Amino acid sequence: MPGSYIPTDYFPVAIVILIATLIGLGTLLLGLVVRPRRPYTQKLSPYESGNPPVGEPRTEFSVKFYIIAMLFVVFDVEAVFLYPWAVAYDKLGMFGFVEMMLFIFILLVGYVYVWKKGAFNWE
Amino acid sequence: MTLPQLFFAYFALSMTVLSLLIVTRKNPVHSVIWMLVLFIHIAALYLFLNAEFLAAIQIIIYAGAILVLFLFVIMLLNLKREETAQKYQSQWPISMGIALVFAIFMTMIVGKITVMPALGEYSVEAIKAEGSMMTIGKVLYTRYLLPFEIASLVLLVAIIGAVVLAKQRVE
Repeated sequence: MPGSYIPTDYFPVAIVILIATLIGLGTLLLGLVVRPRRPYTQKLSPYESGNPPVGEPRTEFSVKFYIIAMLFVVFDVEAVFLYPWAVAYDKLGMFGFVEMMLFIFILLVGYVYVWKKGAFNWE
Repeated sequence: MTLPQLFFAYFALSMTVLSLLIVTRKNPVHSVIWMLVLFIHIAALYLFLNAEFLAAIQIIIYAGAILVLFLFVIMLLNLKREETAQKYQSQWPISMGIALVFAIFMTMIVGKITVMPALGEYSVEAIKAEGSMMTIGKVLYTRYLLPFEIASLVLLVAIIGAVVLAKQRVE
């Protein structure tokens, strides 16, 4: 029945998340209460090794970063498919092995394509 | 209200609030940070459906990889103009009204559902005994063989699509 199950195994995880959040918020609040607050222009300007800040902090990034991120997502998903396969490997036998090799081969085609296209080259 | 329902109420409420926070922030980077919190809440909700593996995937793929993609897109686009421009179009009250009517209808339809579908062979106890990963592995690579292999083709399209779209501009 949905809505009637409690993952009791994850109770420690919930406690850790709670403590981590409390420490994060606690230090921020403590700092807010304790620290003196005397702002002036030089103190509020971003630190650039002693020089006055020049230009915009946010500039356009190269599209190359996007290709790398996209490829990372794809191969991350591929790796995720490997986890349950590795766990159930004994039960699947030769059939499962061939199946996964086919899966990896199809993605290998994409990998070779990307390599030949030169998407891994930074220059 | 039982304890599981209380948890579900918390997650449903906080996910709605977080979604609203994501679409109303002025700074797109703040939206992405709230999205991270939303993804963690979704992962926790999967745990309450006894889907441990899916919860782990939600963290690894969504919070880990897809969020990075979002951040990169924000950095690529350099959204200075969009930030200062008017965020909402003038017809937003109409859209809000339509969404509200839709929400009312959805509540009415869901309220009508009284018969729960019969439980399958994978009960909480059966999955607990075997382990979440083992159960998924045994089903995914035998019964759902074709969808699994099709997934590799979808990923292949994603690889080639990204390179074709982005590589032209580099050269």
